[in-house]
Amino acid sequence: MSYDAETIEADETAQAIDIDRSKGDFTFPENHKYDAGRGLTKDTVDYIADVKNDADWIREFRHRALEVFESKPMPTNWATADLDNIDFDIIRYYLSDGQKPKRSWDEVPAEVLETFERLGIPEQERAFLAGVEAQYDSEAAYSNMKEGLEKEGVIFVNSKEGLNEYEEIFRPWFGKVIPTGDNKFSALNSAVFSGGSFIYVPKGVKLKQPLQAYFRINSENFGQFERTLIIADEGAEITYMEGCTAPKFETATLHSAVVELVAMKDAKIQYITVQNWSSNVYNLVTKRGMAHEGAEVRWIDCNIGSRLTMKYPGVVMKGEGARGEVISIALANDGQHQDTGAKMIHAANNTTSNVVSKSISVGEGRSTYRGQVHIPKHLKGCKNNTECDALLINSNSRTDTYPAITVRGNDHVTQHEASVSQVSEEMLFYMQQRGIGEAEAMSLAVNGFINDLVREFPMEYSVELKRLIELEMEGSVG
Amino acid sequence: MSLLIENLHANVDGTEILKGLSLEIPKGEVHAIMGPNGSGKSTLSKVLAGHDDYEVTAGSATMDGEDLFELEVDERSRAGLFLAFQYPAEVPGVSNANFLRAARQARLPKGEEIDAVKFYHEMYEKMDILEMDRKFTARAVNEGFSGGEKKRNEILQMMMLDPKYCLLDETDSGLDIDALKVVAKGVNEMRSADRGFLVITHYQRLLDYIEPDHVHVMSAGQIVKSGDKSLALELEANGYDFLKEEVAA
Repeated sequence: MSYDAETIEADETAQAIDIDRSKGDFTFPENHKYDAGRGLTKDTVDYIADVKNDADWIREFRHRALEVFESKPMPTNWATADLDNIDFDIIRYYLSDGQKPKRSWDEVPAEVLETFERLGIPEQERAFLAGVEAQYDSEAAYSNMKEGLEKEGVIFVNSKEGLNEYEEIFRPWFGKVIPTGDNKFSALNSAVFSGGSFIYVPKGVKLKQPLQAYFRINSENFGQFERTLIIADEGAEITYMEGCTAPKFETATLHSAVVELVAMKDAKIQYITVQNWSSNVYNLVTKRGMAHEGAEVRWIDCNIGSRLTMKYPGVVMKGEGARGEVISIALANDGQHQDTGAKMIHAANNTTSNVVSKSISVGEGRSTYRGQVHIPKHLKGCKNNTECDALLINSNSRTDTYPAITVRGNDHVTQHEASVSQVSEEMLFYMQQRGIGEAEAMSLAVNGFINDLVREFPMEYSVELKRLIELEMEGSVG
Repeated sequence: MSLLIENLHANVDGTEILKGLSLEIPKGEVHAIMGPNGSGKSTLSKVLAGHDDYEVTAGSATMDGEDLFELEVDERSRAGLFLAFQYPAEVPGVSNANFLRAARQARLPKGEEIDAVKFYHEMYEKMDILEMDRKFTARAVNEGFSGGEKKRNEILQMMMLDPKYCLLDETDSGLDIDALKVVAKGVNEMRSADRGFLVITHYQRLLDYIEPDHVHVMSAGQIVKSGDKSLALELEANGYDFLKEEVAA
């Protein structure tokens, strides 16, 4: 092959990657009626409360949270020092156009509609979703649910509507699964939250199709602080999916959500995340579910992109026979740190938890697993299974595992397995000898590594996931 | 039209293993290389396929006139060179069907998709020849396979990828007689005027089932003797001791 042909081919490949990569990498001029400005003070919090016309108890909740946020140190004693690089003074905490979320895509402002169309959201909604909420910076631009669900009593609104219009349903659980003071970032969210999804599924109602939320950051130095609370009443079932993207900016962006799930007796909640943040986003999210008697809470969490992700979805198994599960996939590329894991708190007899975590580190990417399993002495018949597997692509990739399993009492079964493997040269040579190019061979190996977990995703998402991984791997080989 | 190797020298970790090897395999012929352990037989197949651990220091290898050493590993494969490995690697989590599909897809022009129905039809047909269970398509490549299953899998891949030149590296090792017959059946099925074979083996046994047109004896990185299939029988009867005598003489 001549030099020229090689160069042309390399250029074409680069272009192909750029086109695909740019799926989420575009931005529109800002058009905000409400802008809380830069930095965080009591005035910022009051500005947000004024714009949102918060009830007094919500305003007070925000004020208390701000005090907690200011009083708590950065958790750099155990977490990464990169947290210190977040400059809270340049972040903008609230940006919105002051419009209520639209029920029809036709009414959504043109550039916002174009954003979500490029991300494929309206198309997915038609194909397989029961409802969609699409958030653009601080607030939802669109929110709609399939006809019929409303009649069954399903509520699917943003945090403002949830707290104002359905206070009697949501207030009893708001901030109860994740208290404000849980950690510095849950306190931050509690002070400045806006947007997110508040969902109530009545007794015995089982949603056949998932509800989806899509979180989009459009503005630089912006902080997105959505707040989600999902309540599945007795015997109810719901699958909720969230996706997220942001354009590449020169400077850091912050995403700090709080997600609380409440599964009442015999209810089932499945919460699926496919995160694809650009590489300058700090993604510091607190997610926890509470499972009452016989209930099940399941987190399926896929983390690709971001600069630093710290996320440890948890389940508190509060009622007898409750089940908790965390299935997670993390891919850390050059310059990225995926610090993820799970928390399983057993608080009743015969509760069962399962954690399966797979991480992939590419180039100088770093992945960390932190797990906490807690089974106190007075309980009987609890089970936990924890598996964490790491795959290293290059010799300079890094992975760490910090499992903390506290089991007291004798009548419990726990099992823990961990492994670290590498894509071997012999495996690559074998695949290449069959005519498969190096990047394609890498992505086959990575997809093989997570294959058993990808099966847990709905079809549409597993296809998207495979595509994202292929894109990540294309950039990883020289 | 041939696979032509001329005066090939190759090192591994600075030690010369191939020391001026020359060999021509025209299309339509089956050549066998026999030789004692350590003579460089497996090195030859790895060098031709382009393994990183081996450094070619002199000589050439061309496939129908195309310089193999100018091509990357995957390019050699797509150009028509196939290596059936002595120890095939495992690819955890990737099913045999998906793996073969990826290999076939890699041979198509950009933007063209393989016809999945035709692909499965063809794969099942070849699997029947090799007496492989249909369930096999869903199993991960070589993961937990017995020795016999691995070798059958190599032959299945060879059949599906339709190469011009096939290198079989000790395909008979670890096979019982029934598996050996099945593997040989697959190879014989593929024999044609458009394809050349190089069968590397330590034992004559395989050549009872895959009848070679030419047999070469390799020793210390070179071909030291060539003949027809009777040479294999002679080696079987007398062993490789004659090599020492020839060196001594």
